[in-house]
Amino acid sequence: MKRIIGLAALALALACGTAQAQYSDGVIKIGVMNDMSGLYADLSGPGGVEAAKMAVEDFGAEKKGMKVEIISGDHQNKPDVGSNLARSWIDTQHVDVIVDVPTSSVALAVSQVVREKNKVLLASGPATSDLTGPQCSPNTIHWTYDTWALANGTGKAIVKTGGDTWFFLTADYAFGHALERDTAAVVEKNGGKVVGKVRTPFPGTDFSSFLLQAQSSKAKIIGLANAGGDTINSIKQAAEFGIVKGGQNLAGLLVFITDVHSLGLQTAQGLIFTSAFYWDRDEASRAFAKRFAPRYKGNMPTMVQAGIYSSVLHYLKAVEALKSDGNGDGKVVVAKMKELPTDDPLFGKGTVRADGRKLHDMYLLEVKKPEESKGPWDYLKVRATIPAAEAFRPLNEGKCPLVGG
Amino acid sequence: MFEIFGIPSQALFGQLLLGLINGSFYALLSLGLAVIFGMLNIINFAHGAQYMLGAFMAFFLLQYLGWNYWVALLVVPILVGIVGIVTERLFLQWLYKLDHLYGLLLTFGLALVIEGVFRNYFGSSGLPYRVPDQLAGGRNLGFMYLPNYRGWVIAFSLVVCLATWFLIERTRLGAYLRAATENPTLVRAFGINVPRMITLTYGFGVGLAGLAGVMAAPIYNVSPQMGSNLIIIVFAVVVIGGMGSIMGAIVTGFALGLIEGLTKVFFPEASNTAIFVIMAIVLIIRPAGLFGRTA
Repeated sequence: MKRIIGLAALALALACGTAQAQYSDGVIKIGVMNDMSGLYADLSGPGGVEAAKMAVEDFGAEKKGMKVEIISGDHQNKPDVGSNLARSWIDTQHVDVIVDVPTSSVALAVSQVVREKNKVLLASGPATSDLTGPQCSPNTIHWTYDTWALANGTGKAIVKTGGDTWFFLTADYAFGHALERDTAAVVEKNGGKVVGKVRTPFPGTDFSSFLLQAQSSKAKIIGLANAGGDTINSIKQAAEFGIVKGGQNLAGLLVFITDVHSLGLQTAQGLIFTSAFYWDRDEASRAFAKRFAPRYKGNMPTMVQAGIYSSVLHYLKAVEALKSDGNGDGKVVVAKMKELPTDDPLFGKGTVRADGRKLHDMYLLEVKKPEESKGPWDYLKVRATIPAAEAFRPLNEGKCPLVGG
Repeated sequence: MFEIFGIPSQALFGQLLLGLINGSFYALLSLGLAVIFGMLNIINFAHGAQYMLGAFMAFFLLQYLGWNYWVALLVVPILVGIVGIVTERLFLQWLYKLDHLYGLLLTFGLALVIEGVFRNYFGSSGLPYRVPDQLAGGRNLGFMYLPNYRGWVIAFSLVVCLATWFLIERTRLGAYLRAATENPTLVRAFGINVPRMITLTYGFGVGLAGLAGVMAAPIYNVSPQMGSNLIIIVFAVVVIGGMGSIMGAIVTGFALGLIEGLTKVFFPEASNTAIFVIMAIVLIIRPAGLFGRTA
């Protein structure tokens, strides 16, 4: 059942004839593929399409004589749906670049298709660090965050403050496994110990049974290697079963601001997590959020949506610098994107590494207490900034075949 | 990782109790489905959406009118029931003479529409709903910490289930209903308004879904897809219990909750599929379901 939810065509007319750009079919076509209707729809979904449109507008594609079109589609968090959609986009609709693709299992599948067809994948939504590890591709850039960065940020901070025994609640698919693996490595490297884990069916509703297993493990920290609705339900039910009151703490390994919004500060307060973006961090991020919110139901952008904006902007810059889209050759464009330094108002200055990893600062955030918050979406405070050089897995440890030695 | 003998019996009791709590939701939802199928011969695929509607209405009442959980417990089933009655009058009543498939398709379509509308307006990550103050906290049972609210869920849904069973199987009204499904023309001849009774029955079944929604709101995330996550399991429960059998739905609901609870301990990865394996086995041995009557 293939559903292309919205064909949001953004036809920007050619303004003047001075540009000499050569594009394979006259149009740069961007396909935003994500979860439009399931549990990840709020954190990427239609808001991600809006972010991509904003990038095209801010880049001034129209003035520069570039014709850019955006289409969008729903992969329903299913790898087969995602790879079929990618194939049909590339083969019949001449899509040049696919962006977002949350849900690691889908992203890995789409990355294969994009590589085979030699197009470009700008992955903002997925988490698995395998995208720049064993499964890295010369056609893929992993933009916003990854499991290694999350584990490194949150895991290290918690072990250092005494949380040295861990029990994992892991979503039973590629993403959860990668997050659990990377976090366990960080915990053990910093002198902590993993005392147990349970793999939970995805998506889940009732986590109380698993939380009880975590409780009886006597681990100090219960690591939630899950996302979206799964995380929300586990945090909610952990509060219900008095797990935090009983002296154990939760570590949300992948938490989005939309999750905090849904939980409410009463339940979420004190939770520590790592993120690449917080809308209320500085002037530039606030300015972006103020423009974004009215376009998407008053919601503030998540890090995934911010990453879509940033990645599309950099892609267009690379295409402009090449003066062509490489005649449809994705590898050429990605190589150019790696060569050019990145710079945008949301993530600041950064680079794209040889393995396809985009580097920028990450932030350790804490959820405010209800009395500290001034109103809706005023939810987080920055506890620490993790500099780009330390935030991501070192190049030589990823086992990416693109990196020699 | 988990061995049968590696689990202390105390922890096992805790897991069984949790299974029973989940089972009470299965029972409550499959009860509504069984009532509707038994009396109307409609496979109500919109049941999950109606359950979600109940949870959302509880949220609205609290958010916009300040009506607390207890009021919602009373008002929401009626409101959701009215939505059901309107649905029945507008759409379903035209389908009774047709194949089951048409009712199934219609209600499935309705469920998609309702969920889509809610997702459009309220997003997919859901809304917060707090446990009522009177039931906050919990007590230590020795083998586990039982939140008061979960204890309430078991007790209340047992009462509702048994009351419904009593109403349909043991009262005069129930007798009329059962007679009307067997032979509507004859019952009409006795001066009973059969179409109105059918409409009210659908409203009642849907109201039960709404009630389950209110009860779920403080535990699960109030989100548009909360119903579709559950509905398939609940259908399996109804099939195992025997389509249309009231007692079958109740007993199977609780029993499957227990079985699922055990798989969550011994083989967590399979806990989502265990129920369907049981369904397949039951259908092979007893095609009409455990409590079903073979026609």
